[in-house]
Amino acid sequence: MSGIPHDHYEPKTGFEKWLHERLPVVGLAYDTLMIPTPKNLNWWWIWGIVLAFCLVLQIVTGIILVMHYTPHVDMAFASVEHIMRDVNGGHMLRYIHANGASLFFVAVYIHIFRGLFYGSYKAPREVTWIIGMLIYLMMMATGFLGYVLPWGQMSFWGATVITGLFGAIPFIGEGLQTWLLGGPAVDNATLNRFFSLHYLLPFVIAALVAVHIWAFHTTGNNNPTGVEVRRGSKEEAEKDTLPFWPYFVIKDLFGLGVVLIVFFAIVGFMPNYLGHPDNYIEANPLATPAHIVPEWYYLPFYAILRAFTADVWAVQIVSFLTGGIVDAKFFGVLAMFGAIFVMALVPWLDTSSVRSGQYRPAFKWWFRLLVIDFIVLMWVGARDTNFPHDWISLIGATYWFAYFLVILPLLGLFEKPTTPPASIEDDFNAHYPGAAEKAAE
Amino acid sequence: MIKTLTTSAIMALALTTGGALAAGDQGHIEDIAFSFEGPFGKYDQEQLRRGLKVYTEVCSACHGLRYVPLRTLADPGGPNFTEDEVRAYAAENFFVYDAELDEDRPAKPSDFFPTVSGEGMGPDLSLMAKARAGFHGPAGTGINQLVRGIGGAEYIASFLTGFTGEEQEVAGSILYGNTAFPGGWVSMAPQIEDGTVDYDDGHNNSAHHIAEDVSAFLMWTAEPKMMARKQAGFVSVLMLVLLTSLLYLTNKKLWAPHKGKKVDI
Repeated sequence: MSGIPHDHYEPKTGFEKWLHERLPVVGLAYDTLMIPTPKNLNWWWIWGIVLAFCLVLQIVTGIILVMHYTPHVDMAFASVEHIMRDVNGGHMLRYIHANGASLFFVAVYIHIFRGLFYGSYKAPREVTWIIGMLIYLMMMATGFLGYVLPWGQMSFWGATVITGLFGAIPFIGEGLQTWLLGGPAVDNATLNRFFSLHYLLPFVIAALVAVHIWAFHTTGNNNPTGVEVRRGSKEEAEKDTLPFWPYFVIKDLFGLGVVLIVFFAIVGFMPNYLGHPDNYIEANPLATPAHIVPEWYYLPFYAILRAFTADVWAVQIVSFLTGGIVDAKFFGVLAMFGAIFVMALVPWLDTSSVRSGQYRPAFKWWFRLLVIDFIVLMWVGARDTNFPHDWISLIGATYWFAYFLVILPLLGLFEKPTTPPASIEDDFNAHYPGAAEKAAE
Repeated sequence: MIKTLTTSAIMALALTTGGALAAGDQGHIEDIAFSFEGPFGKYDQEQLRRGLKVYTEVCSACHGLRYVPLRTLADPGGPNFTEDEVRAYAAENFFVYDAELDEDRPAKPSDFFPTVSGEGMGPDLSLMAKARAGFHGPAGTGINQLVRGIGGAEYIASFLTGFTGEEQEVAGSILYGNTAFPGGWVSMAPQIEDGTVDYDDGHNNSAHHIAEDVSAFLMWTAEPKMMARKQAGFVSVLMLVLLTSLLYLTNKKLWAPHKGKKVDI
């Protein structure tokens, strides 16, 4: 494996040599754990560990919940109540699993925005970024499928609305929706296949996570300066890095601890804070809730979906040009998936020669605006579509696309970046003068 | 950048909580200082018993509690009946259909509270206190749930005491004016007034007290493990604070030589 030069595993005892010649698994674990890591990583770099923890947490609690859950329209809701009332510790398991999904998304959004600010997507880390986007898509799918399983009102109507998006695709949409649902409407067949896929996808995510880690272990981590680790020799690399174990493992675990304190306070003291009350009413195909709202982590993209109504001129033009094939509903669906797609393309849309946003004075402001835009979209996604919410979502959605498709490509051409430090060591020593003195001795 | 992202993480959480999302023609919900609110709040065992009596004598005529096993009346953190009391309560108050005998028999602790359905009957109340959000503010963000709870029990109490006395006939059925019900008109007639239920412990039985007691009881039927959950949360947070403090010190000591700092730990 190429990458930053460092010490590799050397089998010492007879057994180690014997095993290493046949299966170098200890070597793999050693090289993974001891990977040289830029020593100037800041606290925004802890969320990878939080995400790995979330995946394990969700799989473990999920496997136990499955032991007590019944995927049938007549029994699913009651079996969840059985978990809440009769299963030992069942109420904690379910609340941890439900809130664990939220923690997972909090972590992934911070992780994504960290990457967007520090240019972690830029060459040579494009593949890491693309795999990350795939993981994020899988997470969205898994979260949605899981939300249907308790078979409450929001489960049922959320499933109806979201699968309806596929129905908006011209020509094949209706057939596709029926095929996805296993029938003309959300019913037992839907619940069963959603359950099956909800169990499958986390393992797909786990595999993708392994590839994600493999990819950035090949290129080395990015860091706040965006300056690459010097890799001319092992000695040079060691000035810029420290091994992942123990330095970053302990640091990340401390970060994880702080996050978990907040997490368990929410689980213990207000576990339904992020849920919707309507999901404590059993699914009823005959009664539509007053407001169908997705879980908070879908809201920014839900807002983009709803932003493009038939009276938006862009929608009218596209509809006219395509002879009505792309109507407002399909336009919204395209916009929603497009919003994630443009994010996946960011390695090729950002033309700047400087990697980290720290040294890009104009970029900083546009990025801050993107973060605010994301929060505003999240807020407006939960509101009704009356004035002024329709305008807010339209402006928010437009900025989202403008940032990726117009601002990032142009900024790279016109912006005057400041000069990043010559090396990671310089950056680190600037923060810790004591380290520089020690190095000089 | 750091600041923006921190604020964004917090705001994102706070701004978009699901429980807060229903907007529109919400009724007026009075905040009540229930004993079970806040991280250290507990159910008042006497209040739960009074509430059970209200449910049995008034509500159970039209509303079931289908997800609540009768035996849980003896569980810790609830009304805390003895097993004999549960047996007597079940047999006295409910008849259930027994498929093996093919006939109705008095309920046993192993049965559930009855399921009530049919013409003119109301919705099941097992989870009602979690299925209604009383508080949505400010600006529909639901942040005040942090302080006041989600307001399900408050909603029930406000609903029961919120009848205006007005009536109107819509499509052949009578609707009653109610200040708490979304839309303002509901098909349930007023049920609770001063003295509707006589308490065994001689507790004040004004309409407001009766409504509060049965709301507290319905909070328990919706969340019977609340006290166990809060305890688990408290222990988790405490242990994590300890672990995290140790990790903080370890991290500090570990990095000190590389940062050129002296640490005396």
